[in-house]
Amino acid sequence: MALFGRGSGNWLTSAAGRRLLPEGWLSGPMPWVIAIMMFLMVLAAAAGLALGFAARGLDSHMSSQITIQIVDADQVRRDAAADRIVTATAGLPGIASVRRIGDREIAELLRPWLGAGLAENDLPVPAMIDVAFLPGSTDGFAATETAVRAISPRARIDSHAQWLAPLAGLIASLRWLAGVLVLLMAAAAAFTVVLAARAALDTHQTTIEVMHHLGSSDAQIAQLFQRRIATDALFGGLVGLLLASFVIFTVGDRIARVGSDLIGSVELPLAAWGLLALLPLAGTLLAMVAARLTIVMALRRRL
Amino acid sequence: MRPGAANIVQFENVGLRYGSGVETLSDVSFSLAAGAFYFLTGPSGAGKSSLLRLIYLAQRPSRGLIRMFGEDVVTLPRARIPGFRRRIGTVFQDFRLIPHLSAYENIALPLRVNGVAEADIDTPVREMLEWVGLSGRAYARPATLSGGEQQRVAIARAVIGRPEILVADEPTGNVDPEMAGRLLYLFEALNKLGTTILVATHDLHLIPRVHHAQTIRLDAGRLVGPSGAPSTQLPAHAHPGSAG
Repeated sequence: MALFGRGSGNWLTSAAGRRLLPEGWLSGPMPWVIAIMMFLMVLAAAAGLALGFAARGLDSHMSSQITIQIVDADQVRRDAAADRIVTATAGLPGIASVRRIGDREIAELLRPWLGAGLAENDLPVPAMIDVAFLPGSTDGFAATETAVRAISPRARIDSHAQWLAPLAGLIASLRWLAGVLVLLMAAAAAFTVVLAARAALDTHQTTIEVMHHLGSSDAQIAQLFQRRIATDALFGGLVGLLLASFVIFTVGDRIARVGSDLIGSVELPLAAWGLLALLPLAGTLLAMVAARLTIVMALRRRL
Repeated sequence: MRPGAANIVQFENVGLRYGSGVETLSDVSFSLAAGAFYFLTGPSGAGKSSLLRLIYLAQRPSRGLIRMFGEDVVTLPRARIPGFRRRIGTVFQDFRLIPHLSAYENIALPLRVNGVAEADIDTPVREMLEWVGLSGRAYARPATLSGGEQQRVAIARAVIGRPEILVADEPTGNVDPEMAGRLLYLFEALNKLGTTILVATHDLHLIPRVHHAQTIRLDAGRLVGPSGAPSTQLPAHAHPGSAG
């Protein structure tokens, strides 16, 4: 594999090869800079993933539910219309479930605004019917609307998509923002590696010259440095991941205590944790590639 | 030159200019026969080090043709240069030992670069240390070695890979006369094994000590003929020991 040099490079990864660059392990600020970058990158990626899963749930909710309201001051006529609509829509294709929300449930929903004893006064309350469509159903909404209008032309049909759409838009924007932040962090980490590689080249000028005169190829010299940089990047990446995981767990715990369905839907499943755990490895690979390219390009300017 | 020996190095009308300055080397033409011993002499600033840099491929010429081991190295692709350098042993005037490595590690470096297995490194390195009389200083760092010891480590490093040509830039410049004699003895021993030797020196007293050596003289970037007159070309079959 070209990234790991060619041919006679094995000794470069041995103790003899390590002695060519005498600094101790994790010397310099690079591992800690990478740790900070990785910390922020994992947080951004976690936010993006959690929002992604939340948006997926929201999408299915938006496209699969409507609420029908029958507003009629005459309770008998209202109940009759509601019953007919329930019967008519339940038999339509693409319908998963039809449920009339009971008066007690409606009264409970309205209690914070209208107070208790709603059933005892004369305030007309609309009959409400929740209709859920089967996943992938395309013509269920149109058929339901036609059936409802035939029974009660003044019935109001609320698609959940109407009021969830702005929220879905916000989530989509935040996901993009999280993705851009991850890319920016990765770019910043790569530039940090480039600077570190250039500094290392300057520091070890004599060693590089001697190695060149003895017949070392650019790949051999690059391998010396990329191994060191990969070690630093992996350490920094793991530190960043651990810190970010702690923060995510803490914030997750706080979210769970809020008890909101909407906020609670923002969660990280196991697959997302697997992706986050891969970030330090991806960062290490990125650092190796950045280091190798920097060093090989710098060496190519020499004979 | 040994009759019938092939040329290992050939310069034809070579010129070298650093940046936009005057030519450091002008119209230099000569050839080095395989297995021969040469001294490169001339006053300070004559261009000796520049000529050596061309031979150990640290520099490309501004013009002219250089052939080494039968191939044109002026247009040699960069990727092939390491392979050529492994056939050239170089002793630098300032030794260029890696300061944080021991004498042993410095000497072992060319073998490792060349891909020799670790198990096959110890024996030749210890033989080489013994050859240069530094068996007892194997694990000393360069900073703790004397100038002469450092020079011997540099020579051992240059020859351990059995190069086809050894290029030494003022190898006796930092040592006393006795050590200079010992170093020349090392070069002669290597030459007897078939390695072409090119020693740049401004110390003319060294030349008679190697009776079969030939001399190439440089002055102001030009070769100087045996009569002392400027010459653009050294006769290909110069008499052994001829000094300009």
